[in-house]
Amino acid sequence: MALPAASQTASPSTTTTQPSHILPAPFTNSQLELLTQGAEALVYRTHFLTPNTPVVLKYRPPKPYRHPILDKRLTKLRILAEARVLVRVRKEGVPVPAVLGGDWDNGWLMMEFVEGKTVRRVLDEWVERGAFKEERSASIPEEGEGDNDAGKQNQGGGGGDGEILDLMRRIGRAVAKLHDLAVCHGDLTTSNLMLRAPPPPKEEASPEGSSQKPLAGRQTVSTMREAAMSGEEPPVAAPSKVEPARDSSLAGDIVLIDFGLAAQATKQSQDEDRAVDLYVLERAFAATHPSAEYLFQEVLKAYGESFSDAKRVLKRLADVRLRGRKRSMIG
Amino acid sequence: MIALGLEGSANKIGIGLISHPSPTSPPIVLSNLRHTYISPPGTGFLPKDTAIHHRAWVVRLVKQAVRQAGVRIADIDVICYTRGPGMGPPLQSVALAARTLALLWGKPLVGVNHCVGHIEMGRAITHASNPVVLYVSGGNTQVIAYSANRYRIFGETLDIAIGNCIDRFARTLMIPNDPFPGYNVEQFAKRGSGYLVDLPYTVKGMDCSFSGPLAAADILAREVVEGRLRKEGEGEEGELVTREDMCFSLQETIFAMLIEITERAMAHVGSTQVLVVGGVGSNERLQQMMGLMARDRGGTVFATDERFCIDNGIMIAHAGLLEYGTGVTTKIEDSDVTQRFRTDEVYVGWRDD
Ligand SMILES: Nc1ncnc2c1ncn2[C@@H]1O[C@H](COP(=O)(O)OP(=O)(O)OP(=O)(O)O)[C@@H](O)[C@H]1O
Ligand SMILES: [Mg+2]
Repeated sequence: MALPAASQTASPSTTTTQPSHILPAPFTNSQLELLTQGAEALVYRTHFLTPNTPVVLKYRPPKPYRHPILDKRLTKLRILAEARVLVRVRKEGVPVPAVLGGDWDNGWLMMEFVEGKTVRRVLDEWVERGAFKEERSASIPEEGEGDNDAGKQNQGGGGGDGEILDLMRRIGRAVAKLHDLAVCHGDLTTSNLMLRAPPPPKEEASPEGSSQKPLAGRQTVSTMREAAMSGEEPPVAAPSKVEPARDSSLAGDIVLIDFGLAAQATKQSQDEDRAVDLYVLERAFAATHPSAEYLFQEVLKAYGESFSDAKRVLKRLADVRLRGRKRSMIG
Repeated sequence: MIALGLEGSANKIGIGLISHPSPTSPPIVLSNLRHTYISPPGTGFLPKDTAIHHRAWVVRLVKQAVRQAGVRIADIDVICYTRGPGMGPPLQSVALAARTLALLWGKPLVGVNHCVGHIEMGRAITHASNPVVLYVSGGNTQVIAYSANRYRIFGETLDIAIGNCIDRFARTLMIPNDPFPGYNVEQFAKRGSGYLVDLPYTVKGMDCSFSGPLAAADILAREVVEGRLRKEGEGEEGELVTREDMCFSLQETIFAMLIEITERAMAHVGSTQVLVVGGVGSNERLQQMMGLMARDRGGTVFATDERFCIDNGIMIAHAGLLEYGTGVTTKIEDSDVTQRFRTDEVYVGWRDD
């Protein structure tokens, strides 16, 4: 074989060790638990004011690959976008984490901790459990063309799919709620949707819509701060101990996270921006959950029924898809 | 098994021979020849002229490649050609040559997806097992990851390809096309003062767009050519922004976008390997930026040099031979070309992970 070509930066066989990041002030000396390294940010778990109020610290470290001026500009832009959008859409009842604080110069944002898993993980686990039926996977059209057939087939399937399809509908409705405010997420993937573990059954929480009323107990602080900021009475709710959901449960509310690329769409651009959001989500489904592609139809269905502009957005989505296909032409 | 590969989807014609001694041993490159159609400065390559170029070179290159490989015609098992995506006329002229050879020599044909060719060649050269792939060339900009027998597209450009963006910008600045515009833009950028001109930065999730940055850079570039763009905050008497500064700024901005969408895909699929393929992948600054990103994720960058990064016949021979090994061939009557041929349309029967 020809010699492995030397790349001057990292030769193909060397794996570099990850440098540990130094947290910005005032967290520099605290030992925080790193939850994940997201796409751009490092996400830590810590607590706020009281030990049983868990919160997330999202830190955007400087990116050494980026020109420092561009890096500063983007970090500030995104922290501000995320904080503004979170506060604004939460006030309107979209299920997102509450913002507790932040500092764009130092690159951090603190927000409510969402107890649960990303939809990405939920779907992976669901596929691994083999909940996805073999026969169905064989009958799913490989290319996106036959979308609707897949949807129909699946309605006939009934039975064990009920739970997962319901999850899809909750996703569709959550996205619709955001889009109804003409806010576009900008990075709508399954990693940026979380399934909040529902409280234990004796709580008598209705499986749907309970996200609007923030849960009590461990979220008291954020709820109170939010209320203080918006001048409302803090909602009263019985304190509860939220335990992690049964591992395979698909119950719970969908919480949208990661709004660094979010933007308020203008009148002219809103349909396009919303459609691109859906297109990004569709491809995230297709790319990471090839066997679950048909599920996305259910997301779209619920989306389509959820707000007045939705039908127009779905039409636009067809255009965006078509452009995607044409794009494989040489430019 | 030995394959002859013919590539001609854009302005390069590439002919190569590869041998797969056994399913377990690494492939051996027997020959790898290329000739590039270079259009005059300030112009792009037109499909018709490019096709004429390929027709003029194909026979010579095939003869030379076979000779250099030191094989007899009888030793060749299969002829592989680029089915798409790419520009119609050049694709057609090379496909015609492939069909002719197949009939003349009585060999089976395999039509290959150009993008899959890049990916498979990159994997073979670098030994990256399951990387996130950034595919960047004159006609394509895609972030790809493998899953369930397909190379799935995670992110891509929403408008023009990155290479196209750089080429068009080079034309505005009248930067020569020889050896290729991207190379010259890179050399200009290296000589920049480090001053960053503010350009639009357009990332949408895992997708990005280059028409915005290009439009802005083009406008500013014209002012630079006329000598009336001054560095910000330096007033009337401030230092002039140079062509070098413009090249630097464009690269810094659009490459950062590429790295960002790649990083998003890596985070999303939970991978730490990244493989860069396609002509733009030979840019040293891009490779360096990718290395810095990967280091922060505890990951590894795999890149190939220009012999394999830039369009070539070997990658077509290699991917075609992999497909041939699964029993797939293309009948003469089906051996068409297609300008639109998405990476995820190909069933990757040779991988079972
Ligand atoms: N409020 C939260 N509660 C619990 N987990 C969270 C929360 N926010 C983020 N996470 C976890 O951290 C991961 C990364 O967070 P996030 O998506 O906000 O960062 P990112 O993808 O790096 O952001 P960006 O794309 O804006 O740079 C999420 O996928 C999720 O698993
Ligand atoms: Mg994220």
